Amino acid sequence: MDLQGRAHKFGDDVNTDYIISGRYKFKTLDMKELARHVMEDLDPDFYSKVNKGDFIVAGRNFGCGSSREQAPLAIINADIGAVIAKSFARIFYRNCINTGLPLIECDTDQIDPGDELKVDLEGGVLYNLSKEIEIPITPLPPVMLKILSDGGLVEHFKKYGGFNFE
Amino acid sequence: MGKTIAEKILSHKSGQDAYANDIVVADLDFVMGQDGTSGLAIRAFEDMQAKKVFDPSRIAMVIDHSAPSPLQGVSALHKQMRDFAAQQGIYLYDIGDGVCHQLLPEQGHVVPGDLVIGADSHTCTYGAINVFSTGVGSTDLAAGLVSGKLWFKVPETFKFVLNGKLPAGVYSKDLILYLIGDVSADGATYMAAEYTGEAVDDLSVEARFTMSNMAIEMGAKVGLMRADQKTIDWVQAHSKRVIQAVESDEDARYARIKEYDVSSLEPQVAKPHTVDNVSPITEVVGTPIQQGLIGTCTNGRLEDLRIAASILKGKKIHKDNRLIIAPSSRQVFIQAIREGLIETFVQAGAAVVTPGCGPCVGTHNGVPSDGENVISTANRNFKGRMGNPNAFIYLGSPATVAASVLKGEISDPREHIE
Ligand code: SF4
Repeated sequence: MDLQGRAHKFGDDVNTDYIISGRYKFKTLDMKELARHVMEDLDPDFYSKVNKGDFIVAGRNFGCGSSREQAPLAIINADIGAVIAKSFARIFYRNCINTGLPLIECDTDQIDPGDELKVDLEGGVLYNLSKEIEIPITPLPPVMLKILSDGGLVEHFKKYGGFNFE
Repeated sequence: MGKTIAEKILSHKSGQDAYANDIVVADLDFVMGQDGTSGLAIRAFEDMQAKKVFDPSRIAMVIDHSAPSPLQGVSALHKQMRDFAAQQGIYLYDIGDGVCHQLLPEQGHVVPGDLVIGADSHTCTYGAINVFSTGVGSTDLAAGLVSGKLWFKVPETFKFVLNGKLPAGVYSKDLILYLIGDVSADGATYMAAEYTGEAVDDLSVEARFTMSNMAIEMGAKVGLMRADQKTIDWVQAHSKRVIQAVESDEDARYARIKEYDVSSLEPQVAKPHTVDNVSPITEVVGTPIQQGLIGTCTNGRLEDLRIAASILKGKKIHKDNRLIIAPSSRQVFIQAIREGLIETFVQAGAAVVTPGCGPCVGTHNGVPSDGENVISTANRNFKGRMGNPNAFIYLGSPATVAASVLKGEISDPREHIE
């Protein structure tokens, strides 16, 4: 699975309130509507700047804070292809795997805002096309790959009626 | 090789001899959802083509975050939860019953040795009574509802050894803020925090909940403590369930161990906009304040209200300040009425709101205005957390909040302590 798009860069400790504010998450279960407010408190114009397949690129501890699954769902519905960060907060990480949003853990210091990136998930490499460099990415543990490859946890359960990692 | 509390509970519940970094599928003792997360979980439950929950007596849904409903959309979510609960026969806690993390231990649903998930990040709270409890998202919640199981990566453990005695006017909230400031917001990511030592043993069970509640603010999956006699007594007063307390072995392996001497700790304040931006109070005294909040799953318990009332008794808050009190549960509220605490607050000029999350998460009940400073007993001060990204949130103990709204500026609560 190849992903390609431009980098939108943020710093460390981007929390779930920034990804989608509590002001909106209680209002609706319509994820397309929530998506319009993604990252709004950090960058009010973010939604209008994003093209399909672009990446959110950040520093350490992306997705810290609350357990709201609206965070990855709003990102998916804003047509972001993947989130690339130095590290992720635990609940956010699980939620992304469960909802089918690819996560890429790597050294993001070598990515600048606007850089054109290409990711080869199976091959474990990120190409920074603007800088003409390759950045290695941390592989996902097998359990998570299994859930992602089934298309998320709902699909996994539909397929097996429960957990199945045999 | 010896095991930590986390390794022991996950071994018991999975039937595997599990150590840190193993992945296990384990049986859940209790499963919880709240009104911000249950809607998506019910949708995922239906998408999984499930018909029945695994065991209705082990599941609760709590309407606490946005309660009573301030909006039509929220009312629809609440109705969806009520309908699902009625249809499945699970516990439903409705508006005014309290915050989920107060209710689960208080209503006796969780006891030492349990494995619990909740679709709320502060589910780590029950670690204070020796429960491996952790926050998950809505789809994990749905998987738990359907199967009574979930997969876990067994966490490594970060052990905090807290020696010495806390000085007067310094509370468990100050202690946990200090630790978060010290190790930072991702200092324990993916790990179990384990709090031990004399300072922890000295705390009441209520005060211990505050420390476990905030484990997530350093990235931890759970904030565990051993069950001592105080824990056992507290749990037996709230639950009839069988207790299976576990302790870490002497030779258990820790990823990190840090020792602290708490005997000269000052009150601590987290400054905007991150929880790990912590200073001793003496560095922020005098910062103007417009609103105070005492409540939330961190510090809305009876002991917290007693401490705040002891400072506010017979006094009036500053004329340019507002004070909001949100008792953490109906039981806490009733007891606070009986003890005259609520009268003290109302006489002092406070607004008392429905037991539950109150204004903590910005859905209603006290959204600050642009440029305003709030001092709160909550666990998060992220930009926009209380509903306005242009407001500034400081976090402190109930005593610090009470002392601050009296003066209209951040104030040292030790001035009120003999
Ligand atoms: S009181 Fe605040 S932190 Fe606690 S569960 Fe409610 S919203 Fe979350």
